[in-house]
Amino acid sequence: MEKTLDLKFTYTEKKDTRSGFGDGLLEAGRRNPNVVGLCADLIGSLKMGAFQKEFPERFFQVGIAEANMIGLAAGMTIGGKIPFTGTFANFSTGRVYDQIRQSVAYSDKNVKICASHAGLTLGEDGATHQILEDVGMMKMLPHMTVIVPCDYNQTKAATLALVEHVGPAYLRFGRPSWPVFTPADQKFEIGKAVKMIEGKDVSIFATGHLVWEAIVAEAMLREEGISAEVINIHTIKPLDEEAILNSVQKTGCAVSAEEHQINGGLGDSIAQVLARNYPAPLEYIGVNDSFGESGTPAQLLEKYGLNAENIVKAAKKAIGRK
Amino acid sequence: MEKQSIDQLKKICSQVRRDCLRMVHAVQSGHPGAALGLTEYFVALFFKEMEHNNHFNMDGKGEDLFFLSNGHVSALWYSVLARTGYFSTDELGTFRKINSRLQGHPATHEGLPGIRIASGSLGQGLSVAIGAAQVKKLNNDDKLVYVMMGDGEQQEGQIWEAAMYAAHYKVDNLIAAVDYNGQQIDGPTEKVMDLKNLRAKYEAFGWEVIEIQKGNDMEAVLEGLEKAKKLTGKGKPVLILLYTEMGFGVDFMVGTHKWHGVAPNDEQLANALGQLEETLGDY
Repeated sequence: MEKTLDLKFTYTEKKDTRSGFGDGLLEAGRRNPNVVGLCADLIGSLKMGAFQKEFPERFFQVGIAEANMIGLAAGMTIGGKIPFTGTFANFSTGRVYDQIRQSVAYSDKNVKICASHAGLTLGEDGATHQILEDVGMMKMLPHMTVIVPCDYNQTKAATLALVEHVGPAYLRFGRPSWPVFTPADQKFEIGKAVKMIEGKDVSIFATGHLVWEAIVAEAMLREEGISAEVINIHTIKPLDEEAILNSVQKTGCAVSAEEHQINGGLGDSIAQVLARNYPAPLEYIGVNDSFGESGTPAQLLEKYGLNAENIVKAAKKAIGRK
Repeated sequence: MEKQSIDQLKKICSQVRRDCLRMVHAVQSGHPGAALGLTEYFVALFFKEMEHNNHFNMDGKGEDLFFLSNGHVSALWYSVLARTGYFSTDELGTFRKINSRLQGHPATHEGLPGIRIASGSLGQGLSVAIGAAQVKKLNNDDKLVYVMMGDGEQQEGQIWEAAMYAAHYKVDNLIAAVDYNGQQIDGPTEKVMDLKNLRAKYEAFGWEVIEIQKGNDMEAVLEGLEKAKKLTGKGKPVLILLYTEMGFGVDFMVGTHKWHGVAPNDEQLANALGQLEETLGDY
């Protein structure tokens, strides 16, 4: 279907966002000697092997002990290091929420919690590993910055930006190969949304893997004469409220799209902004109060209503509610 | 160490105990039991054994660091920090009150000098201390890292993740201590959740373990700390099993879990203060 569409963004290759993290971490290590890496027995999955090889003295294999990893990372900031912890998103958040809350967020420590295999697109491993609540948990923590980049290049840029950012941060990325459609040399500004496509009938605010689905949806809507604005919200906290309001004040309605529970995700953050400042129809694309299951990423996105076709339907519904 | 200076440390203990009781009494909230039990250890560390700098710097490079994992002993730590010059003793009067830097459990809140991480939710301090100790090595900083834990806290699983890690990575610039008073909120540890042979457990994980049998005897504490220091730098993390008596120094509080988290009333405070000599001046 994508082949026949007139897409505003195209790609020549697919790469996983986690590789963007791994390559970004290696580059970060070269640029800043204070960067250290910690991993809970998932070096291959997190693509941390290159960093480990080049900086063995700055890399700490923690074993299957995520709570200890978060505490170690918090302690390492006290001597001036910038720790990047790596494990699956589920074990990076829910499993260690109290450790993050007390030792990292409340203590305002410069720890970067890097979380792979987030969302439904982890695929076949099933619901135990597909966390869909992590963004909500992390965004509720005071001091915590929450970043969900959309492709390989943006994940790499975000990783590098986190080295310069002082304070606790959560970086969420995924497992599957995904279109690489943003520039390799992009500037990544934490808290600054990126307008991908200009439009006037509906605003689509997407994050992570669903930014690509939003780009496909825009082309599908355009074929039907509907003009959609696509905005990439790579930073969920702090949220770029100005970009959201500017867009919705123009289009009059919005769709949020994320690979996360509807409860507590990006859509809820946007709803708060709209309710307080400029009430307008908002349709949510996200998982509706359900766990995931095993399947291929594409099958799961379709079954749980998280793909371009569903964004198109949501956009029409939002427009109809204006 | 000279007899005179040991006597001086003992006197400071008396004053610190008065501080703790007054702080907890003033807000009718806090944890006097373990604070009184750990007074000798804290005074020995901060007034004698640790090389620390009260011109506080969060990074703590070039000085010994201390972490409190069992954060409910906060009144004791605040007293010792104030009395070693980190902040004014007047501020002790704000303990647990609104707008205070002296939170009920230690926090980095408003940059209170001396506190490098929040604690209160148990089980996390050992991991933090190990991380800080490893960074000292990366930074070619030969100073030590100390951490205090409770014995009830040993029931937390994260402690054992950390214990395994510290031995694996030969974190030998670390002196951890367990306040081995045998009491926790709901009763004696052996009844609530028996720790069995804690020494054997740590040794099995690869630690060097020493015991300070008289944790409320200043000479014994100083001797034990010197012994622990000599064991650092030999490839193993070091643990002190510090046998203390909860509530030590006040006859009606000693040896029971009942004063774990209960404040004395006016009459009890007067009685307790009467048992403790004022030496530096109450705040």
